[in-house]
Amino acid sequence: MAEPLLQVDNLVKNFGGVRATDDLTLDVRAGEVHALIGPNGAGKTTFIGQLMGEIVPDAGAIRFAGARLGGLDTPARVRLGIARTFQITQLLDEDTALANVALTIQAHQGHSFRFWKKAAGDASLFGPAQTCLDAAGLAARGAVPVRDLSHGEHKQLELAMALASEPKLLLLDEPMAGLGASESRQMVESLKRLKGRTAILLVEHDMDAVFALADRISVLVYGKVIATGTPADIQANPQVRVAYLGEGDA
Amino acid sequence: MAEMAPLPQSKPKNVRSRLLVAQLLVILIVLPYLANLIGQPALTSLATRIIILAIAAASLNLIMGYAGLASFGHAAWYGIGAYVVGILYRHSVTGDPLFGLQLGTNQLLMTLPVAIVVAGLFAAAFGALALRTSGVQFIMITLAFAQMIFFFFVALKAYGGDDGLIIRRTNVLPFLNTRDGLTFYWICLAVAVAWHAILLRIVGSRFGRVLEGIRQSERRMAAMGVRTYGYKLVACIISGMGAGLAGALMANHMRFVSPDMMHWTQSGEFMFMVILGGAGTWLGPAFGAAGLIGLESLLGAWTEHWQVILGPLLVLAILFTRGGLSGLMRMIRGGSRG
Repeated sequence: MAEPLLQVDNLVKNFGGVRATDDLTLDVRAGEVHALIGPNGAGKTTFIGQLMGEIVPDAGAIRFAGARLGGLDTPARVRLGIARTFQITQLLDEDTALANVALTIQAHQGHSFRFWKKAAGDASLFGPAQTCLDAAGLAARGAVPVRDLSHGEHKQLELAMALASEPKLLLLDEPMAGLGASESRQMVESLKRLKGRTAILLVEHDMDAVFALADRISVLVYGKVIATGTPADIQANPQVRVAYLGEGDA
Repeated sequence: MAEMAPLPQSKPKNVRSRLLVAQLLVILIVLPYLANLIGQPALTSLATRIIILAIAAASLNLIMGYAGLASFGHAAWYGIGAYVVGILYRHSVTGDPLFGLQLGTNQLLMTLPVAIVVAGLFAAAFGALALRTSGVQFIMITLAFAQMIFFFFVALKAYGGDDGLIIRRTNVLPFLNTRDGLTFYWICLAVAVAWHAILLRIVGSRFGRVLEGIRQSERRMAAMGVRTYGYKLVACIISGMGAGLAGALMANHMRFVSPDMMHWTQSGEFMFMVILGGAGTWLGPAFGAAGLIGLESLLGAWTEHWQVILGPLLVLAILFTRGGLSGLMRMIRGGSRG
């Protein structure tokens, strides 16, 4: 079997006395949806921070598409083809949804030391930006300022912006968190359409979404992967049932 | 156009703003003649001062209003631009060599570009260090740098120390009599219009979009794959160059240069013009400069305790005009955006 797209080996991160990431080993293959589930405080967001270069691990190695990521900053990793969404959305609130995506396209096209030509109305930015909005289910909301969009639409916009950099690997940090039932369904539909086009590491609490989307699931508890397997394996795994899926609850 | 609902008083936004620019230009063009007509020729000199300060405030606005970098040291670049004019003039009169060369000149076409370049170089050097910080630390480090430069010129006895330098004759231009107040007004107005046009292009460009993104979320910019440092540094350099240009014009206008031009209170005034006029708006700083200097002169003519009145007025202006004077302008002109 070919080398996986993302290979994480024995990753360790301590915050004071707390071991947030404990000898974490995990891989994501090209084109697969790999879900990472775990109770609150399991270290999922810390893990994404380390993949993006925002948090420096204490030990371990991350390889992406054959290259070691150690020492690279966030922009360098994004240029290699990793994109993320934020659990707590990080958007340009004063701009429209379309302008948010257009700026991401602009960043993806190369440097922005261009001082004279107008960026607004540049078809090479706004054409692809509209395509990304369509893919995320925001086709009709492009002209709305971000601060006037709903929480669900913010989540969709996060996805549209992550897609704008045409990533090989998409890190989704709880894309369903805080969404209503219909919004969740819409997000699952958007992600289903992406399946196969790009590899996805999906961090999520919504089990319906996870089982609808994931090819493989890893379970993270106290910074440690306690099990990895197909959705059927994970559902059947007694350790997981005790630790996470709520076996033993009344 | 059938599907567009016709709203009576809403003209397209760009038509409205073009109209505003045209109105402003007409006012600025008739102003000196009007001043003579009503027997207040000193108004032209006051307007020249406002126009020059507007150039500096608009430059600060590029980093403070658009990129969200509150620099408290803007007066340093303004003062350096002024000192370039003063020092070059001094050497052109005495004939003493500068750096071992006969560099003295009183040609405006030489002194302005040199002032711009020198201010830009200083802004590059200090900006490169200051941009290692952010937020309150950035404000404090820019203030510290500017104070360093201030005290350097206070101690620089060769060029007058804290007494400053007197420039007996305004820099000259071919074919124009720059010693004539009205001519110098036209020169400053032309430079200010050109500078504002350049800034409009810059903030509308891809570079300008990145600056606005930096103001709103640096973390998001990193997630887009953008290293923000280089963009912030270039913005600081452009901003410093604009301040140097303004300082060089002001040195010619006052025919005097002193370290007071780079005192921290001057930096504060520039910040105030930007906030009063509307940070991150194209013409806001110009309105801010006009509002602040205009009020100062009006109240100053009326009472010597003018600051007691000016302070509360400014507080009210900021509290009740959303987005500063540009916001007020939009409200008055019936714009939809608050």
